[in-house]
Amino acid sequence: MKGQRSEGKVDCSENMVEHANVRVVHRGGSKINFREPVISSDSRFLLCPSGESVKVFSTSTEECIRDLRGHTDLVTGVLIRPSNHLQVYSSSLDGTVRLWDFTDGILIRTCVIGQPIYSMYTSAHHKGILFIVISMGADRRSELFQLVAVHLPQSGEQLVEAREVSAVLSYVDSNPATISFGKGGEYIASATGFQLEVFYFRKQKSYRFFLKGNNKKGAKNTFTCVACHPHENCIATGHEDGKIRLWRNFTDQKEYTYSTLHWHHSAVSSLRFTPEGTNLLSGGVESVLVQWRYNQDNQRDFLPRLGAAITHITVSPDGSLFCTSHSDNKITVIQSCVKVSAVIQGLVKGRSIRTDLMVDPCSKALVLNGKPGHLQFYSLQRDKLLYNLDIVQQEYIHELGLEQMEVVKAAFSPAGNWLATVEERKQSATEVELNLKLWEFDQQTQSFVLNTTISAPHEAQITAMCFCQAADSQTTMLVSASKEGHFKAWQLEPAHTEDEGPSWSCGFVGAYHGLVPGCCCFSADGSLLAVGFQEVVTVWSPVSWELLTTLSQPPGIIRNLCFGRLSCSKYLLGTISNNMLCCWNLLTCSLEWSTSMDTSLLLADPLSENMAAFCSQAGCTDLFVFKPSEPRPLFSQKAVCSGKVTRAVFAPREEMLESCEESSQWLNHSQLYFFNQNMDLLSFTTKAEEDRLMASSKQLMIDDSVAMTPFYLLLGKHRQQEGNPEADSSLPVDRAALPQGTVAMKELLQTPAHVLPSTSFLCSMFVQSLLISITDSREEHKHSDEELESEKEEEDSEGEMDSSILRPELGPVAAAPPLSKAQIRELRRVKKLDHSWCTGLLDS
Amino acid sequence: MGEFKVHRVRFFDYMPSAIRTMAFNSRSERLALARADGAVELFNFADNYFQDKVIPGREGRDTEALCWVGRRLFSAGLNGEITEYDLEKLRPRYTVAAFGGAIWTMSSNSQGSLLAVGCEDGTVKIFEVLEETIRHQRNLARQKGRIVSLSWHPSGTLIAAGMMDMIQIFDAETGQATHRLLVEKRLRASKSVEVVVWSVVFLSDHTIVSGDSAGKVQMWDGSTGTLIRTYLVSKWDVLALAVSQDERSLVAGTSEGTVIQFQFLSTVDQQPEEWIRTRTFKNHSHDVRALAHTETAVVSGGMDVQLVVRPLLDKVERNTQEAALRKIAFPHRNLVCCAKKAGLLLFQFPEHLEVWRLGESDGHGRPGDRLPVKRKPEKLIELKRKGEDHICCSALSPCGGWIAYSTVSGVRLYRFQHNNNIRISKVSRLPKVLCSVQQLCFSSDSSKLFASTSHSSLIVVGLNQSECKYLNTLKPKSDSRQPVHLLAASDDGRWLAAANTDCEIHVYNLEKMKIHCSVPIHSSCPTAIAIHPVTSSLVAVHADQQIFEYSLELKEYTEWSRKLQKQGLHSLWLERDTPVTHITFNPRNPAHIVLHDAFMFCIIDQSLPLPEAKAVLYNQMTLRSLPESDRPRHSHAFKICKSFQHLMCVSLLDDHSLVAVERPLQDIMCQLPPPVRQKKFAT
Repeated sequence: MKGQRSEGKVDCSENMVEHANVRVVHRGGSKINFREPVISSDSRFLLCPSGESVKVFSTSTEECIRDLRGHTDLVTGVLIRPSNHLQVYSSSLDGTVRLWDFTDGILIRTCVIGQPIYSMYTSAHHKGILFIVISMGADRRSELFQLVAVHLPQSGEQLVEAREVSAVLSYVDSNPATISFGKGGEYIASATGFQLEVFYFRKQKSYRFFLKGNNKKGAKNTFTCVACHPHENCIATGHEDGKIRLWRNFTDQKEYTYSTLHWHHSAVSSLRFTPEGTNLLSGGVESVLVQWRYNQDNQRDFLPRLGAAITHITVSPDGSLFCTSHSDNKITVIQSCVKVSAVIQGLVKGRSIRTDLMVDPCSKALVLNGKPGHLQFYSLQRDKLLYNLDIVQQEYIHELGLEQMEVVKAAFSPAGNWLATVEERKQSATEVELNLKLWEFDQQTQSFVLNTTISAPHEAQITAMCFCQAADSQTTMLVSASKEGHFKAWQLEPAHTEDEGPSWSCGFVGAYHGLVPGCCCFSADGSLLAVGFQEVVTVWSPVSWELLTTLSQPPGIIRNLCFGRLSCSKYLLGTISNNMLCCWNLLTCSLEWSTSMDTSLLLADPLSENMAAFCSQAGCTDLFVFKPSEPRPLFSQKAVCSGKVTRAVFAPREEMLESCEESSQWLNHSQLYFFNQNMDLLSFTTKAEEDRLMASSKQLMIDDSVAMTPFYLLLGKHRQQEGNPEADSSLPVDRAALPQGTVAMKELLQTPAHVLPSTSFLCSMFVQSLLISITDSREEHKHSDEELESEKEEEDSEGEMDSSILRPELGPVAAAPPLSKAQIRELRRVKKLDHSWCTGLLDS
Repeated sequence: MGEFKVHRVRFFDYMPSAIRTMAFNSRSERLALARADGAVELFNFADNYFQDKVIPGREGRDTEALCWVGRRLFSAGLNGEITEYDLEKLRPRYTVAAFGGAIWTMSSNSQGSLLAVGCEDGTVKIFEVLEETIRHQRNLARQKGRIVSLSWHPSGTLIAAGMMDMIQIFDAETGQATHRLLVEKRLRASKSVEVVVWSVVFLSDHTIVSGDSAGKVQMWDGSTGTLIRTYLVSKWDVLALAVSQDERSLVAGTSEGTVIQFQFLSTVDQQPEEWIRTRTFKNHSHDVRALAHTETAVVSGGMDVQLVVRPLLDKVERNTQEAALRKIAFPHRNLVCCAKKAGLLLFQFPEHLEVWRLGESDGHGRPGDRLPVKRKPEKLIELKRKGEDHICCSALSPCGGWIAYSTVSGVRLYRFQHNNNIRISKVSRLPKVLCSVQQLCFSSDSSKLFASTSHSSLIVVGLNQSECKYLNTLKPKSDSRQPVHLLAASDDGRWLAAANTDCEIHVYNLEKMKIHCSVPIHSSCPTAIAIHPVTSSLVAVHADQQIFEYSLELKEYTEWSRKLQKQGLHSLWLERDTPVTHITFNPRNPAHIVLHDAFMFCIIDQSLPLPEAKAVLYNQMTLRSLPESDRPRHSHAFKICKSFQHLMCVSLLDDHSLVAVERPLQDIMCQLPPPVRQKKFAT
């Protein structure tokens, strides 16, 4: 798998030569539970590997403060440098170990190992040595791993190559939980399979202990994790059957002994001693953090209901904070084993996405399956999970083989005020329990509230569901197609009685010759509905429910249907089972063009007439972007990723890109996100966009939890005034317009004391800077006023995301007589209106 | 293998009684074990854990404590008496009353000069051990509440006594209490419930370890009287403690049936060592009442009647016979006697004897078939013993006409008629010499009764219709004082063989009424002997599973026996962990020897080649699958059948049918009281 990944990468870079400015990137949603995080020595920061970067979170505010970018492949470990607690090492599959200053986000040094690194260990007692796990032998794909010690070269260069590598242990496990350093770095314990190996550095001798593989009582003795006591000669090992063994006296091959602790009912996935060695923490699939008193076996504390299986446990160096990683891509920060103080939630990834990828029109969040029975709303801009919406509203019972209610379909109405979901439970091959739920967006609570539940809306599985596209139409309509051979139209009916609101009911049941409908699609203005019945595309009028026409020109089962947008709204596109992409002209009711390609996904950009088609070919997926009006791709990229692209979506941009290059113009309005087979969220980015990102990440950032000193009060006030415009519009132009006085003050306060000139020299400069700032004060005042206003608006307007788009445009306008609030609102409304019909007119 | 009609007997309701206490003598490697019915069993750990001596119990003797002083064994019980046993005559030697109510515990100092007993009235009484007897020396300061456990400090100057709610430390010289260690109650327990300190151990570094009814094992500093560590090991009681000789390992037995090991380890280099809980063994379903820590193993016993020897894998070589777990549930002697001619079975219970007539069937069937029973097996009589002493041995004559049993106090002989109307009559005037007998045996024509008495001598009593008369006393040439535990008479009436626990086997000529020869002594104790009816050779199986055949005519080992010794026995045969308890012969085929242990019976065919070291020992199933012509190539002398389990007796009747008496372990477990309630996962 790893090999394939790297192949995919090579292809990408080749393509980059073709389209130098568009490339595939990991953009958000990456795993934060892949490897265990590390807590900084002051317990303020949490560093965790996330995809190809290392993220720095604040343990108190849960915010991602910094993203340490630089690795070109999956990061496999983060560790605080033992000799400097402000620096971290990170290892990656790209074969490098990088040293970072994580408070400033500066890459200090890159050490090239030349082989993929699977995990990394350090010890305070081995100075200048890094222990890494690499694969054995020359073959990089072998499943055998070894632990080697790397002597880090002591040169000041940026890029160094580590040559002094010595083997320590062979046949180790690549899982970092299976290796642990013992008391004072004297020995290292490693567990693989049924064997525990303890290696003493001074004696250069290792002791091996074996457990019986096949126990008569059915105990599964496989080692899963290892932890060493910090002060005593004791090794704790976790096992597949939930037992924890405490090994002692292991310097004797024969007289070794162990005691057993047993609470977990299945495999112990992580073990950790607290720094004082008084407690042992363990976690597993039960999602309960268990705290064992060391040497008082019967006393244990539990922290239950952590939400999902625990994969890693980390303890802060002072022992005050615990941190558990969970299988649902979540990190929980726990204070002294009693209180969950913060939850850092990443994109929840199940085994598959049953619902399509969607973008919530209100919050512009990516919506997909999350926790079992939930829909998650994931903000792509902030790379943060906004919230989970409980759809099934049933207790989730963790049990193997138990069929649960699952959300299988979801759809948003174009205005974003309605959400339709379908949940299903397969009781047997024939019997399916279905529920169609309709949720209304509540402005007060800013969340979706259940409006109507329709149990058993169809007799068989629902194959497709879509809302009527027209945003301004009076009636909201939902169409669902099912395997039973019908499609049903659901309409919002006014309330029958006074006390209940409007609810949804079935308005029309359509069928076509008893064929099974496979897909459905509304045209952009809502005047046409296309339903694909196996080999026939039927076009209906939703107003009169009249079958307008049927299209069945190239024979083959219809898999996907999509109406063109804007200027191309007269076209209907479809994919057919025998690898054909067809485009029908609805005015002539004939096939406009068709091309032979194995399209797995076809989707339309809601903000332009562009369409994207993912075609799988020879284990890779190619992307074509085209306009329905002409069968010539605007943009094409071979081998976007290896394997099939399962889901994709066009997410509207917050602000339009001003790209003039032809190949990247399609990315101006919206961004294309897609999931590959490994459930990684990928996206396309242009060169200009990347440059801007790099620039913004270079900006100095100071953690918001700085201690409350007099300096902070002085500095903090200034930051509050200036910070917000800087964060919202990260254009460098804005930064230049900052008042000079603040710059001088910042210089004064942020420069280290030992490099500052004498105070007498500074004093005059400082006073001078204050004097000059008077001229700028008016402008600054205005800035803050404006900020207050927009903040107020954010509270009451639903399209709060628009405000940031609006702002830079407003800038020049504001120089002229200021607009009143009502005027601004009106302007916004006008801007939001769909003017695409104008372009349509112009074209025709 | 030969085909037999098998009587599968499952109506022997033998129920061993619970293990109460045990004491291990590390010098002689013997374990003394007391059961709830007062019987004391001695196991020789040096000789494959063979149970070589059993002292029968007595009504009202509830042994609570056992104690070795040198080679002397003392017991004390709730009847308030201290008993010393005569290990040669297998009976109590004398009894001394302590006059302090029930005795709960007894302990001897390491010098073996003093015995301390803890009494119901709260006194610790010190007895002086003299050459022949014990004498009360003095009482220690009397306390309130009973003394439940006692332990001497190895120096002999201090005694720790476990009581209700506390532990007292006494100065053995002055008899005054020096420390009082209060033991905490269980959390949330009511005030009225007392904590019983079931067991204390005084270590040489003045650490006192206690186990109590609150489920705690506590380590105390005996010199300052302070608590060092508490381990809560059970929800129920900690009943027993045992420490190894070198005081580096300690085991605690609980009511949950677990045995928990503590080890004296240093967790940090150059730091003082401390006791750390390590392993947990769960080999019992009920209370673990008795524990012993030998050099290499933990020996435990309790309510579930089994004696478990759990080797500590860090002390023994792995994958050897020594490293195997042993469970000893059945006695290593015969409790069933089979009258071959009459088809009767005599079952021996501690309290009574039962005589059963076997069922009959005239059906025929293929091997493995179950035949219809024409006449059901029938209990003919149940003979209650007289007096308070339990039965120690019994015999039924081959014709079924005589029943004899013996207790510590005397022998009783009955005339038994079973043909039409069942009648039993006691033979009144027995010879005076028949008073203390360890083994009984009838000759094959039922005309003589042989009985073993002290100094391995045998008494021959002639029987006829009306009377019995003393004929002779046979004495071995050696001056062994050990008791005879096996007797075997030949079918032709010429020979009588007797084996004693000194591993000697003596053969007497009954025609000349004098000793014929002594079999060369093998280092291991014989567990079963028999004389071949045709060839007149003695077959003996020993506790180390060795088999010898000794020709009585030539007074030397037979050719087959020499060959067997030269080639050696199969390793799987040697790894069996229960001794062979009975040998019999097939009258139709003189080359066949039938013998059995608890888990198999085996027919040794002397005409076939011995199994090679690499051959499959248990090959009956594979032989059956082979075609007829191939079988001779694969078959070897040991034909082993495992279809009967928990065998108490296998014997061949004269009508050529086989009797297999089974006592399934599950049936024994069913009769036990329910164990303490334990939370089971997912219930």
